[in-house]
Amino acid sequence: MAGDLSPGFLGRSVPRVEDARLLRGAGRFADDIALPGMLHAAFVRSPVAHALLRSVDLSNARALPGVRAVLTYADLRPQLRCDRIPLALPSAMLRFDVDPFCLAQRELCYAGEPIALVAAESRRVAEDAARLVELDFEALPAVVDARQGLQSGAPKARLDCPDNLVAQTVLEYGDSEGAFAAGSIRVTERFRIHKGGGHSIEPRGVVARFDAVEDMLTVWDGTQMPHRAKAVLVASLGLAEHQVRVIAPDVGGGFGPKAVFHPEELAVPAAAMLLQVPVKWIEDRLESFTATVGERVQEWEMEAAADREGRLLAIRGRLYHDHGACTPYGVALSYNSATNLVGPYVLPAYHLEIQVGLTNLVPAAPTRGAGRPQGTFVMERLLDGIALQLGIERDEIRRRNLIAPAQMPYATPIVTRDGKAMTYDSGDYPECQRRALAAAKWSEFSGRQAAARSEGRWLGIGMANYVEGTGRGPFESAAVRVEPSGEIRVTTGATAQGQGTKTMLAQLVGGVLGVPLEKIHIVDGDTAASPLGLGAYASRQAVTAGNAVVIAARLVAEKARKAAAAMLEVAPEDLDLADGCVRVKGIPGLKRSLADLARALQGTPGYALPGDLEPGLAAASDFQPGAIAYTNGTHVVEAEVDIHTGAVRLDRYVVVHDCGRMINPMMVEGQVLGGVVHGIGATLFEWMRYDESGQPLCGTYADYVLPTADVVPRIEIHHMESPSPLNPLGIKGAAESGTIGAASAIASAIEDALKPLGVRITDLPVTPARLFALIRAAEQRRDSR
Amino acid sequence: MKPAPFAYHRPETLAEALDLLARLPNARILAGGQSLMPMLNLRMATPDHLIDLGRVSELSGISETAAGLSIGAMTTQRAIERSPLARAGCPLLLEALAHVGHQATRNRGTIGGSLCHLDPAAELPVAACALEATLTIAGRSGKRSIRFDEFPAGYLTPRLAPGEILTRVDLPRREQGSGWAFEEFSLRAADFAVVAVAALLALGADRRVRRASIAIGGLGAAPVRLAAAESLLVGHPCDAERVADAARAAAELRADGDEVYPAEYRRHLAGVLTRRALERALARGRKGV
Repeated sequence: MAGDLSPGFLGRSVPRVEDARLLRGAGRFADDIALPGMLHAAFVRSPVAHALLRSVDLSNARALPGVRAVLTYADLRPQLRCDRIPLALPSAMLRFDVDPFCLAQRELCYAGEPIALVAAESRRVAEDAARLVELDFEALPAVVDARQGLQSGAPKARLDCPDNLVAQTVLEYGDSEGAFAAGSIRVTERFRIHKGGGHSIEPRGVVARFDAVEDMLTVWDGTQMPHRAKAVLVASLGLAEHQVRVIAPDVGGGFGPKAVFHPEELAVPAAAMLLQVPVKWIEDRLESFTATVGERVQEWEMEAAADREGRLLAIRGRLYHDHGACTPYGVALSYNSATNLVGPYVLPAYHLEIQVGLTNLVPAAPTRGAGRPQGTFVMERLLDGIALQLGIERDEIRRRNLIAPAQMPYATPIVTRDGKAMTYDSGDYPECQRRALAAAKWSEFSGRQAAARSEGRWLGIGMANYVEGTGRGPFESAAVRVEPSGEIRVTTGATAQGQGTKTMLAQLVGGVLGVPLEKIHIVDGDTAASPLGLGAYASRQAVTAGNAVVIAARLVAEKARKAAAAMLEVAPEDLDLADGCVRVKGIPGLKRSLADLARALQGTPGYALPGDLEPGLAAASDFQPGAIAYTNGTHVVEAEVDIHTGAVRLDRYVVVHDCGRMINPMMVEGQVLGGVVHGIGATLFEWMRYDESGQPLCGTYADYVLPTADVVPRIEIHHMESPSPLNPLGIKGAAESGTIGAASAIASAIEDALKPLGVRITDLPVTPARLFALIRAAEQRRDSR
Repeated sequence: MKPAPFAYHRPETLAEALDLLARLPNARILAGGQSLMPMLNLRMATPDHLIDLGRVSELSGISETAAGLSIGAMTTQRAIERSPLARAGCPLLLEALAHVGHQATRNRGTIGGSLCHLDPAAELPVAACALEATLTIAGRSGKRSIRFDEFPAGYLTPRLAPGEILTRVDLPRREQGSGWAFEEFSLRAADFAVVAVAALLALGADRRVRRASIAIGGLGAAPVRLAAAESLLVGHPCDAERVADAARAAAELRADGDEVYPAEYRRHLAGVLTRRALERALARGRKGV
């Protein structure tokens, strides 16, 4: 179906059109925006995880020279239509919604929750003043562990909620009980997964200006979802749609947390309206740690049953999910964890009880992988456990359970939110695994392992398979217009945070219209440019916006052919598009440029349009993917464990990745590579810690360890291309996938290295001290035998 | 993350700096800023006056003395790293420096800044402790000298009286036939150490250990000498068993801990790193390099 795309444009690693500007420092990020008279905001934040605010003394802060205003909830409330920020997403699982306040009203529910906004002539003065605000509060017991918070007698994380059980459901199909009764192999494990973050290099930022002349609120917001931000602002501030424009300027990384509407995104515009001056707030790194959403805290009590050949019969158990202090983004995380557990395998029966608990921690919301890495970790660990019990190889047990290509499209027994079967559209999972094992020389590893062991070095190899649902709908919009100057202007609801979205879209439009990329101007992330749009989440923009621009560009090409046919007096079939022109095939020189056609279709006073066509050389499309397109991959990694210290070094990493047809393989590799590194971080390094009272213990990158170049191994990426039948281009998303398999593969490699000791990895992150404790315990077990 | 207001001073001579320090209330010395600047931004330090020694040229430079090396307190870590004098005269310091931050931080960070900041996990204080560095401290009433092991007064606290400035670090020249090693455990190459060990061994003609100096950092508020381990080694031929005994002694030291690196784990690391450092130091000593 993609036959009219010039081969020079699809599947080619063209350089990113964004880079020249960004690399020369000409990017325009939120903090680069300076408006006349603009004030700088700093937030007074809750110093404790749970308390009741008795009073706030603002007098010293307000008296500081350079301070224009210090605002509390009571000051902003008259600007607002509702008490809380209306963020609730529909979910049958949720027992009640917990929408956040833009500034805490009375109850403080996590350390870092904003209480007051200081607006001053500089950020420095605003921070000076924030320190002068005196809070009088009554401390309340904090819930820092979701599971403990669900036990009877536990304190309430929020006094304004009936209890801590914010959501629960049972995901089940098949006869688990019967399967466990019949199964000959049973593996039981408890898994505990920790909290991490997105950690984009650019923190969040909001600049808001209310123009009284135009009666118009403009908000520059480093968000992944400007249209949602606009909808929330319209509902919260009581403005009409035409009075609110949200622009996502250049954004330095999103990774999920910037998809969530945070309290500051309302407090800053409300303050700008109240004060009638522009207000800027740029999050600092300490605020990223305490006030930006993150995720991954889960505890799973799981059991798997298999037959003697290692074929899965059933998995059952419980999932406890930490949801933090409110529900700004529904229950996507625990749902994704639960459904992604199934992965690329045939699982006949499944019974999972999910309990989602409120805690006094910053809210949990999607962060690269969005719950999927946890589910995959559990499944892959259980498979390794079965393989160990049965004494079969880890690759073999997976081979026996993988869905065969002949079964595609494969309808899992899981029924999704929209009532349909969760269906894998395409892919060849056994071949993906085969290629990864071959590239990593899996079968030769045992020889190297044995040689290393004789030198006292403990090497291991691990693997994992996974799937990722990508390209989530309901739609993305795009419009393509050829301007009379010859510029191609593309507007879209898609929003870029550095992924190369502009390049991806320009490459597609250029391919359809036969124009060079530099002629194409992409306007993304601006609600004024595109009335409808959804933005960046769920690895979706290539699938949704990519197909939308192609459909729109094809309509433009068709119209250009018709106009040129009328002007050149030839049949449209005799025309093709190349080099910015519509040409008569086989007659060089007989052509009309797209600019000429756009000028003709813009109309001349008193004259008819060519070919009786409608005015304008433009078209729009809102592409609605019918279903989720499933990307899949296999990771293989080699690790060396220092058994004297518990340190883990990764030596080599192989990924075979299948995201359907690739638009720009270089950018796909960038996405996969970044995802794998994020996964390595979450497995071995990153750990957002809190003490028992809910105080964050990480506030800088000295405490929260990101993987740097010296600890990231060579990562080798190979591609398979199983086209998705669900969209005209046959593409699937690639943005989060790299993260999903990493923890499982690394844990498997560590276990393999320590196989003589029988160490099992069930908790993340695997820190040196934790691993050393496991090694020590295993040695003691061995010695006492 | 903006610092609280402070006044900035940039003296050009030591006398001027001492005068400012004596005169200005709540003043702090800026000696490279690789720790102090982040602390200011986090408002963990809120001085009213910052006295930047960056322009006091008399405080930087490396020279040879009869006993060894004399390094000005404001000499950057990078300058020491690139100094042939330092490389030849004090290879242990060079090996420690390879673990200190990134090249970009070593370009700015100074030896004196690191020793006075006294981060419990920093490498240079551990090396200075093992090397028995002599510190020269200037005050308005004159100069005094102090051995490094007497310098720490507590967590992040050097034994400096109000108005005093560290001016010079003197290190003994490496003895012929001595071996050295610096070992540390950290998650990433550029991180502060979780635990670090610096070891110097001098072997006699009879191959017995003539002198041993082992310092360890990361267990408590400041680096300490491993006196027990040293006395196990001195006067004896150094074999694997002796090294193991010394390592065991290191693992018995008291340690502070946290959730990521519990005390027990740090003690264990102390043993592992002491063994590794002694093995490498011994190998170097035996080669007579």
